Amino acid sequence: MNDNLALAETPLVNKHKELAAKLAPFGGWLMPIQYSGIIEEHNWVRKNAGLFDICHMGEFIIQAELPKSNFDNLVTIKLENMPHGSCRYGFMLNEQGGIIDDLLVYRISNADWMVVVNAATTNGDFAHLQKHLNKATRIENISQSLGKLDLQGPLAAGVADSIGLGIKELRYYTFDYFTLLGENIIISRTGYTGELGYELYMPNNLIPQLWDKLLSDKRVKPIGLGARDTLRLEMGYSLYGQDIDKNTTPLEAGLSHFIDWDKEFIGKSSLLKQKQEGASRRMIYFIADSRRSPRHNYRIIYKDQDVGSVTSGSFSPSLGFGIGMGYVNCQIPLGEQIVLSEGVISINAKVTSKPFYKNGSAKLK
Amino acid sequence: MTVADNLLYTKDHEWAKIDGDKATMGITDFAQHSLGDITFIDLPKPGAKVKQSEWCATVESVKAASDIYAPLSGEVLKANTQLTDHPELVNKSAYEAGWFAVIKIADLGEKNKLMNSTQYKEYIQGLSK
Repeated sequence: MNDNLALAETPLVNKHKELAAKLAPFGGWLMPIQYSGIIEEHNWVRKNAGLFDICHMGEFIIQAELPKSNFDNLVTIKLENMPHGSCRYGFMLNEQGGIIDDLLVYRISNADWMVVVNAATTNGDFAHLQKHLNKATRIENISQSLGKLDLQGPLAAGVADSIGLGIKELRYYTFDYFTLLGENIIISRTGYTGELGYELYMPNNLIPQLWDKLLSDKRVKPIGLGARDTLRLEMGYSLYGQDIDKNTTPLEAGLSHFIDWDKEFIGKSSLLKQKQEGASRRMIYFIADSRRSPRHNYRIIYKDQDVGSVTSGSFSPSLGFGIGMGYVNCQIPLGEQIVLSEGVISINAKVTSKPFYKNGSAKLK
Repeated sequence: MTVADNLLYTKDHEWAKIDGDKATMGITDFAQHSLGDITFIDLPKPGAKVKQSEWCATVESVKAASDIYAPLSGEVLKANTQLTDHPELVNKSAYEAGWFAVIKIADLGEKNKLMNSTQYKEYIQGLSK
């Protein structure tokens, strides 16, 4: 219990305790892992709408004219042609092409940006940006004062419509300002579940009020990080620190479509070299032939050879089978049989493509 | 968390219900609650010999795989095959529908190493402090 003392707490920690959530450390924060149960929460998000406390994630505000700031050189996203009010997913890389973090960039106006990063990497990301941005560029870490709630699920548009006019008109990967609780806040049509949904950025002091307002809608239930993990894994989304990190490149992780090759960025020359020589390992996705769950660090066996290890694995509540992803050092065609093993546990699985769950509502409309 | 009165308990949170020379076994309500949603159970196999306090089954929840130890030594007579497709029965009914296996007891004296319900209640109260 004493381990929890050093952890940061979101503005909602008492709300979680009132809801009898199981709390556990994640990325230096004390976070709700589950409320009613991971599977029930997971299924609720797939059918209704779930509310997630994501206040632990980091946000920076950057004022950067692209030609002068060097900002464009620090991310793999093509910033130049991003329309105002759009968001893009991409990476900040080191010189070796390893992923310092995966992030979302919001273009507020021509030279005003918001960058959203992972919790555990917030301080390192900020230091990296400060170091490499031109001295005249203004960057501010607003993570301490800005909170975030994710509203996700096929019914999220209806819920959003009842709290703010026009939110449901947002298209996938766009955002706008809306007035909620007297505050002008950014809401984006983004998420990490594969379902239609929104991320709402609200000053920390108003987060509990927004939380209560959204939960007063019977279509909405609170969802913990446990279900967030199974939801994202069913989509084949990577989790930073587990599936990708500073020692893995976007090419190895199968995420090269989030790289703009037409521009310069830190890590590009290493990636080009890797592209030419061929990556020595590659992310694969697999589905077990039973309810049995592959787990982090299980070995991947193909044709009796140990070819790699599992980075993420879980029981898939939507499919009713074990699913997972991991790096292998060889080419394995789709449909091939592999074995995932650890000690006495041995799970037969088939190599497949992502997403595992194909009925997500994220891009509807 | 409930603790059933008529059962015997291990410190690893298995229960045993002794009926003559047979014992039904499973995991406790405390155990299922700590594990969360149970998604798969590798059950004891009929015919297998199990030893008290040694591995006899594996329970998987969304978050982890956990070893289950036999509360008593003996031969597995049957396993609750309903759990193959419905492992969530353990979450719903740890002492009844969620039983794991029936064992033919090899040494009834071993029951002296198990806790009664009063002792187990005290034991789990100590753990949650």
